Amino acid sequence: MTLLLGSITIGLILAMLALGIFISFRIFDFPDITAEGSFTFGAAISAALIIAGVNPLLATLTSFVGGGLAGMVTGILHTCFKINSLLSGILVMTALYSVNLHTMGRSNLPLLSETTIFTWFDKLAVKFSGEGKLTMVLGWEVPAKDLWILLFCLIMVVMVSLLLWWFFRTRLGTAMRATGDNAQMIRALGVNTKLMIIAGVALSNAFIAVAGSLLAQYQGFADVQMGIGMLVWGLASVIIGEALISENSLGLVITGAVIGSVLFRLLVAIALRWGMNPIDLKLITALFVLLALILPGFMKNTKKIRLTSK
Amino acid sequence: MLQVNNISKVFNPGTVNEVHALNEVSLNLPDGGFVCVLGTNGSGKSTLLNAVAGSFLVDSGKILVDDVDITRWPEHKRADFIGRVFQNPFTGTAPNMSIQENLALATRRGKSRGLGWGLPKNLIDEFKLRVTPLQMSLEDRLGNPIGKLSGGQRQALTLLMATWLKPKLLLLDEHTAALDPKTAAKVIELTEEVIRRDHITTLMVTHSMQQAVNLGNRVIMMHKGRIAYDFGEDEKRRMKVNDLLALFDELRRKDQIDNSVAELVAANYI
Repeated sequence: MTLLLGSITIGLILAMLALGIFISFRIFDFPDITAEGSFTFGAAISAALIIAGVNPLLATLTSFVGGGLAGMVTGILHTCFKINSLLSGILVMTALYSVNLHTMGRSNLPLLSETTIFTWFDKLAVKFSGEGKLTMVLGWEVPAKDLWILLFCLIMVVMVSLLLWWFFRTRLGTAMRATGDNAQMIRALGVNTKLMIIAGVALSNAFIAVAGSLLAQYQGFADVQMGIGMLVWGLASVIIGEALISENSLGLVITGAVIGSVLFRLLVAIALRWGMNPIDLKLITALFVLLALILPGFMKNTKKIRLTSK
Repeated sequence: MLQVNNISKVFNPGTVNEVHALNEVSLNLPDGGFVCVLGTNGSGKSTLLNAVAGSFLVDSGKILVDDVDITRWPEHKRADFIGRVFQNPFTGTAPNMSIQENLALATRRGKSRGLGWGLPKNLIDEFKLRVTPLQMSLEDRLGNPIGKLSGGQRQALTLLMATWLKPKLLLLDEHTAALDPKTAAKVIELTEEVIRRDHITTLMVTHSMQQAVNLGNRVIMMHKGRIAYDFGEDEKRRMKVNDLLALFDELRRKDQIDNSVAELVAANYI
């Protein structure tokens, strides 16, 4: 059960990643690979700053800005220099690898003895529940502290989701959604689509960097390799969310991405528990996304064949 | 109002696909003027429209609106005073967004967008009021995604969006070409109505001679990137569809002569 709580907590942290991927892939229809670099970038910035004694909240916000800047570069490469969107992302992601190493000074920074956001959460949780106390959840005994931390993460994700939902329904946010839906149309209505794409990719990467920052603080270290596979991970979450919620409404789609992230993390935890080799994790994640991408088309085809054979 | 001075545009210069799409075209459109632009395929009529709209920048020449030089302005900035309806009904609307969201976007054409609520309540009532006269029973479906509508409905909405805030200049690019005759007639009727009501200066590209004869107060015919004929109000009043067809034939015959002369020359001298 403790494992389960941990998985849900990480799922909620990675929901930030899913939201970022949702912005670039779904709202802007921009396959942005920068994510793999900006995830680590967020972790690196926060880790370095926290070790330097900076307030962890400020460190996390700096990660937000850093990820935003990385995304901005990708957006500018794509819109102003007309570089293919995939290639722009690859260029920035590759460059970020060196930037991340410079930021951290080495390939791995431990944070276990530092004060992070989760140290605060720990303290708060202890205040609410008392040290070492256990509670019952669905018949299992779990440390009350873990439950509180889970709750804090949930509150955080709900707040961010609400903010995002609100933003994409403002006039500016509506114009951004229209940019992803039909750029020619919204240009004819006086919107600078280049600026929208740059801002959108920046926003997406800012969220992804925060996810990296929070994960580093939660697990107690930042590693230069931690971003690898994160893009497909986020995409898997978004796809699960869409499968759960077949509706088009913005609020539901955002909720779907968050739930998808938690579910996917749970699925992975269960698979690992059942003895799946961790080495195969990325392979299976990729296969999962592949299946999710080709199944709808495949099912449509078989339906057609069945109809014609009648 | 609109002044186009000697604009030229070459696509794919220096390659085998080089096209002189516009060849020193000049056009002067007074306030409230309504011009129909005719021409064969590839004559440059849509290119002229797109040059004014800013889809690309011209190689030479100047474009002025109300004496302001907009030659180097980007497309989105020109949209401050230009309304557009495209040939393809899919181009003018965002398919995955609702009818009301599309309309709401149009209410801010050329204005700052900011963080105000995108779809305030009072706007929805106004949408209902202005969608009802289209007689397409869209007023009860404002929340539906626009992609589910027919081409004609989308074109009528695009027209409504382009003219929601009165534009200084309305550009219509064969906006009924993809519609069935009945729907096309309906959209043309709406077009005429809004242009007359708001006195909008209009440039309309069309394939239909009948539309060119019936609508507007001036007809220009383009050929090979140039304006071949330009008929003012008086000439246009006497004009029949057959007259226009005869002109098209004339242009085609000229082309054939050009080609056969070229062949003759080639056969004899090369």
